[in-house]
Amino acid sequence: MKKPFRILLLSPLLFLLLNGTGLLPGTSGHLFAQEQPVAVTGAEIITVTGETYENGTLLVRDGRIIAVGDAASVSIPSDAEVIDATGKVVMPGLVDSHSHIGEGDGGDRSAALHPDVRIMDTIYPRSDSFRRALAGGLTSVNVMPGSGHLISGQTVYLKLRPANTVEEMLIMVDEERGIYGGLKMANGTNPLRQPPFPGTRAKSAAMVRAMFIRAQEYQARIEAAQGDPERMPARDLALETLVEVLEGRRIVHNHTHRHDDVLTAIRLADEFGYRMVLHHVTDAWKVADEIAASGYPASIIYVDSPGGKLEAINLLPKAAPILEKAGADLGFHTDDPITDSRLFLRSPAFAIREGLSRQKALESVTIANARMMDIEDRTGSLEPGKDADFIILSGDPFSVYTRVEQTWIEGAKVWDIEDPEDRKYATGGYQVIRSSGHGHHHDH
Amino acid sequence: MLAFIRPFRSLTHPAAILALTATLLFLPPSASSQIAVTADTVYTMDGDPVVNGVVLIRDGRIERVGPASDVAIPDGYERHEGVVATPGLFDARSVVGLAGYFNQEHDQDQLERSHAVQPDLRAIDAYNAREELVGFLRRNGITTVHTGHAPGAIVSGQTMIVKTAGGTVDEALLDSTTSLAITLGPGVRGQFDTPGTRSKGIAMLRQELIRAADYAEKRRHEDADRRPDRDLRLDALADMLEGRLFALITAHKTHDIMTALRLQREFGFPMLLDGASEAYLLLDEIREAGVTVILHPSMVRLRGETENAAFDTAQKLHEAGIPFVFQSGYESYVPKTRVVLFEAAVAVGYGLDRTAALHALTAGPAALFGMDERLGSLRAGNDADLVLFNGDPFEYTTRPTHVFIDGVLQDKMD
Repeated sequence: MKKPFRILLLSPLLFLLLNGTGLLPGTSGHLFAQEQPVAVTGAEIITVTGETYENGTLLVRDGRIIAVGDAASVSIPSDAEVIDATGKVVMPGLVDSHSHIGEGDGGDRSAALHPDVRIMDTIYPRSDSFRRALAGGLTSVNVMPGSGHLISGQTVYLKLRPANTVEEMLIMVDEERGIYGGLKMANGTNPLRQPPFPGTRAKSAAMVRAMFIRAQEYQARIEAAQGDPERMPARDLALETLVEVLEGRRIVHNHTHRHDDVLTAIRLADEFGYRMVLHHVTDAWKVADEIAASGYPASIIYVDSPGGKLEAINLLPKAAPILEKAGADLGFHTDDPITDSRLFLRSPAFAIREGLSRQKALESVTIANARMMDIEDRTGSLEPGKDADFIILSGDPFSVYTRVEQTWIEGAKVWDIEDPEDRKYATGGYQVIRSSGHGHHHDH
Repeated sequence: MLAFIRPFRSLTHPAAILALTATLLFLPPSASSQIAVTADTVYTMDGDPVVNGVVLIRDGRIERVGPASDVAIPDGYERHEGVVATPGLFDARSVVGLAGYFNQEHDQDQLERSHAVQPDLRAIDAYNAREELVGFLRRNGITTVHTGHAPGAIVSGQTMIVKTAGGTVDEALLDSTTSLAITLGPGVRGQFDTPGTRSKGIAMLRQELIRAADYAEKRRHEDADRRPDRDLRLDALADMLEGRLFALITAHKTHDIMTALRLQREFGFPMLLDGASEAYLLLDEIREAGVTVILHPSMVRLRGETENAAFDTAQKLHEAGIPFVFQSGYESYVPKTRVVLFEAAVAVGYGLDRTAALHALTAGPAALFGMDERLGSLRAGNDADLVLFNGDPFEYTTRPTHVFIDGVLQDKMD
């Protein structure tokens, strides 16, 4: 990414104000972790960031990875529960950088820019879509509001822990400010409609620039107050959020398809210096060098045919290998329901068909997406000290014949194909995957 | 239906010679008249797979198939090599060519919304043979498509069968009038002023069919003067009642599937059950009715009437002995078309026997539409429609490398 990940321009007063709102839930505690160690043995273990062990052992305790390596090199404590995974493949839990599971919504039609809107307030933790995602091996997900706005609202990073409340699922990326998501933006035809929405691309850019300039001014007034409450500007939820973006604490997730729209997104991010992930990026293959040079990562979508809307007519399965060759950071996303979370591994597999390296394909659904969500220090690879988020597969991750057999989050098994109650979410069937019936419009 | 299939172009027919000459002279695809295709495994779909197989092609037809040990490649044959060879794939239900990939008003001709019953709408009058998605499907190994009007009306119009080559509908056409597309269930509601309910839709359809039955009888009258004035709508429905067209009935929920079977018993038309998300709840009823299921795409989105779709329905139909074929179906958004090979692959991933899946992509639909004498298998005399793959046809990481239609190499992918 363009900017280093941890620029902490401290604004203590803003923090105090936020803290007073009760917005800082109890961080990413390992709610379901067990103290008894668990050892997964006999499997091919793909760490993604390090080696792949043909006959590996993964040792976890208290929700974290204690050791991973060759069977011979990892000693298993006598009190450990041993999971014999002989003949299986173990890899990190999948990270999805763009999804719409959880039945949340986002900004409405009253405005084109909604930085104040939090999808967190609308997530339905009992949604069957979370079970469906677990069946696909997903453990961390960036759930996006919208779409159809220049700014649809704040996204939420979720660990798919079994939960009654959304607070139990949040992944806190900025403890100081209580930030657990990014900001969903869009350009191209997606936000174009009747006023107060923009009618043209140029108007879109002008509206976004005007709002970020207001945010810069707001930021300057806060800094000028130098901690004096009397001199602080009145709280503005929208501008506060954009200040988090300007400070590099909150990543912009920018829906964009056409090559010129991609370049516009880059131009605006460069102007205001915010951190950004390019999302969908249908035309990425046309501007792969520009994307690579910009340093902004691409979270791309694979769908089974081009078209369906004008922005997607140049969809090319070769986009991922072209980006790889250009040196860009890339991940895949489901955009669920556009593609089904249960088949997430299909996307990198089809990119391999087109020439993507196997290593890049593995990264594209794990550590690369974790980087795009500021959570790469805790998930997305199998390394000691990281959260014990992993999946057990029946075979090669990129084969149509392979099934996700178990999904583990923070050292707890949260989905098991041997359990009939879990298994049905992998296959579907009568009244298995219900929708709560909300009529949220979705456009990818 | 069989009666409507155009006779195979005889190669001695002047038009055929002209067409062949045009193909040889003007079409960009490579056009050698004598081709030898070799593959580690040749799925002929006419007996066991041939290991280390050779397919000889001559003048657009399959000349000979067998193991390399038996079939010598004559001099002068252009050679192509793959890992796996299969017959060209047959998509049993699509809307491509009527629905275009821009998804703008000007390229969406799959559903006319002026009336809920329009059996007079011909697919051939709306098919764009140069639609991008047609070539896209072909590059994925699909050489034949049953395409036409979409679900969404009580009778939305006619369907037809084309090959995915040719610059005009006439060049592509195999069968101009295959079925009438009929939709039951909530998919019709909201598209028209009426019907607003399921039962009203059925009442409207039954009344039309009764009218058509009467018309059919009158148009058979010996005395031409006493025959009714021609009515294009009733003509099409009468053709269906007389068994010359299929009723292609889209129904997903159990009660809609049962309504389809009830209508079939009342009117006796030849029927194809399309979609059928909840077919696994009615295996006995569907088997007893003797209908073939054109199963929804495996990856159909789980919402509305397809919310109960399952990845293993194809396997359950197979186990129950119910004939089924695969389809790409109709998509209103992204992806604008599905790929029938990918849909079958997911069914295979969820337990369907691979041979059964290949059958449902090739010989199955060819037989269903009465075209198995020329399509769906690699047998001497058949059209030389075949696909070469660089590995397992169903695997995510392998792909088609060569697509031949009528013995012409249409696409070669690196």
